[in-house]
Amino acid sequence: MANQAETIATDLPREKGAGMPRHHLIIFVVLAAALLVAPFLLYPIFLMKVLCFALFASAFNLLLGYGGLLSFGHAAYFGMASYVSAHAAKVWGLPPELAILSGTAIAALLGLVFGALAIRRQGIYFAMVTLAFAQMVYFFSLQAPFTGGEDGIQAVPRGTLFGMFNLADPETLYFFVLAIFFFGILIIYRIIHSPFGQVLKAIRQNEPRAISLGYRVNQYKLAVFVLSAALSGLAGATKAIVFQLASLTDVYWAMSGEVVLMTLLGGMGTVFGPMVGAAIIVTMQNYLATLGDWVTIIQGLIFVVAVLLFREGVIGVLSKRVRKPL
Amino acid sequence: MFELIGIPPQALFGQLLLGLINGAFYAVLSLGLAVIFGLLNIINFTHGAQYMLGAFVAWMLLNYLGLGYWWALLLAPVIVGLTGVILERTLIRRLYHLDHLYGLLLTFGLALIFTGVFKQLYGVSGLPYRAPELLSGGHNLGFMYLPNSRAFVILASVIVCFGTWFMIEKTKLGAYLRAATENPTLVSAFGINVPLLITLTYGFGVGLAAFAGVLAAPIYSVNPIMGENLIIVVFAVVVIGGMGSILGSILTGFGLGLIEGLTRVFYPEGSAVVVFVIMALVLLVKPAGLFGREI
Repeated sequence: MANQAETIATDLPREKGAGMPRHHLIIFVVLAAALLVAPFLLYPIFLMKVLCFALFASAFNLLLGYGGLLSFGHAAYFGMASYVSAHAAKVWGLPPELAILSGTAIAALLGLVFGALAIRRQGIYFAMVTLAFAQMVYFFSLQAPFTGGEDGIQAVPRGTLFGMFNLADPETLYFFVLAIFFFGILIIYRIIHSPFGQVLKAIRQNEPRAISLGYRVNQYKLAVFVLSAALSGLAGATKAIVFQLASLTDVYWAMSGEVVLMTLLGGMGTVFGPMVGAAIIVTMQNYLATLGDWVTIIQGLIFVVAVLLFREGVIGVLSKRVRKPL
Repeated sequence: MFELIGIPPQALFGQLLLGLINGAFYAVLSLGLAVIFGLLNIINFTHGAQYMLGAFVAWMLLNYLGLGYWWALLLAPVIVGLTGVILERTLIRRLYHLDHLYGLLLTFGLALIFTGVFKQLYGVSGLPYRAPELLSGGHNLGFMYLPNSRAFVILASVIVCFGTWFMIEKTKLGAYLRAATENPTLVSAFGINVPLLITLTYGFGVGLAAFAGVLAAPIYSVNPIMGENLIIVVFAVVVIGGMGSILGSILTGFGLGLIEGLTRVFYPEGSAVVVFVIMALVLLVKPAGLFGREI
């Protein structure tokens, strides 16, 4: 699965000297500028939803596109972090930064436990194992007293950031979410382009060879799994504060499918693809929200079309066109 | 009445029976997944939706054509199997040269489409399907009451499971199938039409799912989402058993159903997750699965 993506993502020569190729730097600057102006043009809540899902999809892509591991259960980390963050803010009365941190920490812990078990199987089995564990988390969330069952945790207070910024103000909240988004994305970017990321690439391309070169492959896989789970958790925890809600939707398998779809549509193994995929899917859901089950049907159709005809995704195709990894 | 560790036997055996019925569905569904995986190397995520389609075809046969349960048992697997043949010929076939994971993603998308369409058409409240006259009533076994309709589900799934085992392990067609699983190129060099074999295998696996769906129709209601969560449990069953062995899939399916039934008696809160917990334990102890051969 990763084979196709990697030719686009990493095999093209990097520009010498600088840590970040210039065209990436330009894209990041333009993106930052656009996102700074965006709340004055678009509905901030919608933008924050896009940002949360863009971070979630990018974290997922770290595992799939760069680690070569297809997890079908990333909703577990996203959703559980969202529950814990909501609970911490509402019941324990923690400020938003600590609530989000505790959600992220839980996601990392869950990722460590499930990841350690799941990497014992490969390929298709890995996908099924992660899906099954996520379903376990779903049933736990359905029954556990603190999650509020079918109702979820509602009316989560947004609180005051660092005791200074009142997040009840949508604009302040937006810039807080934007900061988290860039923090997460730059961490992911750094991981991909670090020596650790290079080893991951080696493992993805030829695992037996990486083993024979002396790399402890399973430790690398586990590390990228935990990182991906933690960053997914960061996205989920932030989403709980933004929407003041943590519910079963966030932890259901359909959410795991959605993040796969976002990544596939935007371009697996590309830096900017998952963000674009997330923006497309969230926008679609926003416009089609009134159509009910049609959203599911359309998502299914996009899946089928993307797998059959458009495996490189939007950014993957673009990247080939401009002959630069994006 | 005697009691077992504080549990009335009626409740215990009742839950065991329910567990055995669930186990029958696990067995038939995981068998279908294993047969498809063996030759196509894809995990058929649409399996749960095809199980649902089986139940819906049975319901439609009864309500639109007046054909009852017995006809449905025969016709629904064939009809749904044919839709599977069409899917394989038109869509799934295009992915064989790619990583298996694309097959998973494609069939996931198809599952979303099927489920979504039926939700749109029939809602999620579920439609009743009455068991035929012959299966109404039941027997009093002394320690419990055994309804005929439930006994029939277990009997029918055992027959189908062993029929499948016999066909794959003991017949010439099965020998072709096993050979093609091992080495498709060599088998086609012997003049066997491997692409046709693959298509038929997919159709057969899908037919098994539909058969399970017809069996489920009178017991649970006919519902677009009936296969959604079931298929994930079946995935766990497949991970526990490993897909290398036909008999292994059958035994694992029934065994896990029984364990789930027992859990419902002794620790009801854990019944939804017990299969997943067992999966975690199996991954710790024997990562390849109880009957698995690979790695």
